[in-house]
Amino acid sequence: MAAPLSVEVEFGGGAELLFDGIKKHQVILPGREEPWDIRNLLVWIKKNLLKEQPELFLLGDSVRPGILVLINDADWELLGELDYQLQDQDSVLFISTLHGG
Amino acid sequence: MPAPTCASCQAARAALRRPRSGQALCGACFCAAFEAEVLHTVQRGRLLPPGAVVAVGASGGKDSTVLAHVLRALAPRLDITLHLVAVDEGISGYRDAALAAVRSQAASWELPLTIVAYADLFGGWTMDAVARSTAGSGRSRSCCTFCGVLRRRALEEGARRVGATHIVTGHNADDMAETVLMNFLRGDAGRLARGGGLGSAGEGGALPRCRPLQLASQKEVVLYAHFRRLRYFSRECSFAPEAFRGHARQLLKLLEAARPSAVLDLVHSAERLALVPAARPPRPGTCSRCGALASRALCQACALLDGLNRGRPRLAIGKGRRGLDEELEDAGPGPESRGSGSAAAESKAIPAAPPVPLGTGEGGGRAGAWEL
Repeated sequence: MAAPLSVEVEFGGGAELLFDGIKKHQVILPGREEPWDIRNLLVWIKKNLLKEQPELFLLGDSVRPGILVLINDADWELLGELDYQLQDQDSVLFISTLHGG
Repeated sequence: MPAPTCASCQAARAALRRPRSGQALCGACFCAAFEAEVLHTVQRGRLLPPGAVVAVGASGGKDSTVLAHVLRALAPRLDITLHLVAVDEGISGYRDAALAAVRSQAASWELPLTIVAYADLFGGWTMDAVARSTAGSGRSRSCCTFCGVLRRRALEEGARRVGATHIVTGHNADDMAETVLMNFLRGDAGRLARGGGLGSAGEGGALPRCRPLQLASQKEVVLYAHFRRLRYFSRECSFAPEAFRGHARQLLKLLEAARPSAVLDLVHSAERLALVPAARPPRPGTCSRCGALASRALCQACALLDGLNRGRPRLAIGKGRRGLDEELEDAGPGPESRGSGSAAAESKAIPAAPPVPLGTGEGGGRAGAWEL
């Protein structure tokens, strides 16, 4: 049984607008049988943090194309994307690239 | 699994993998590589020669923020001076907030800032007013069609006011690829043929323009801003949900997920297109009203404003445009003959509100119909 995890979840680039405008969320993920991975985290976020229009953040079991994911300041592509297993004190940042600039 | 080590400095942990080379780099080495590539793009294309006074189209958004930051870092090496030019389209609840961001950036970068407003340039036609004028027609308002044309004109005007020799905008590779898709989807052969290359030399007296970031993917622009801790304005324009570009963007994102190189491949494909003779656009003339480069009697900006002023906003959009041209041909040329280059022209043949002058008109024409 995996222990609870304390994780910082951050939103930027406009994604925060889907989360009441709040950029940084310190979350406690409850203990569970299997380890927490990003896939589970997204399910948890949808259920507990996402305030509106889930289709603007999620597509299928992943993030919508155009949303970058950085885990501890590194592109999730380097770390296994959805399969990355979260550790205590990890920081996950979701940056939307979907606005004009 | 732990992240690999940076391939460049071999010391820090890698933060990303570059899409084209697959090379894993740390944040600092990535930013250095990004800046080196922008420098290379500018130098190889001789886009901004020494002594250039460069007007930077600044919206407060991610692309123009990164553009201004990078050019400011490269300015001593390129021997150029920078002026920020921001356009106020008059979109309440959006542009006013974005301009606050631009002002703050200008202050922290210690760069001069000039703001040009649609309300002043176009006889009171803010985008909010355009939206009201075009609402209720039972079809898409096409606000963005107006805005694209007018903003380019406004940027040109702002650049002239600060004595610029060149204009730069922050278009990235994704923007370019979206435009290619849009032009294909709309059957716009003329724009497809002209959209390639690193910038326009400036025809008909228009200032040369270029897009130093156009080979950078949008993802890398955002990551650069992240690693350099740049603050930018990231709210969507109030009218953006209506824009046709949104469809192209969505399609592009899905394509990119399946094939990451699709973005740059699209741009390269468009650069290699040749049109069949029948599709080639005719040589442009000049606008009979303001003297800007134009493929018809009126340039796009004058035609759009004319439609608005006559209470027929769709007059110059799409098929409605043909009606306008026929009217003008029937009416015959105004007091100024074509190509005279005089602005504030009073074309008596068209019964309408007084035409909107588009600036002083000295020095020849302006950037005309060739939008990105």
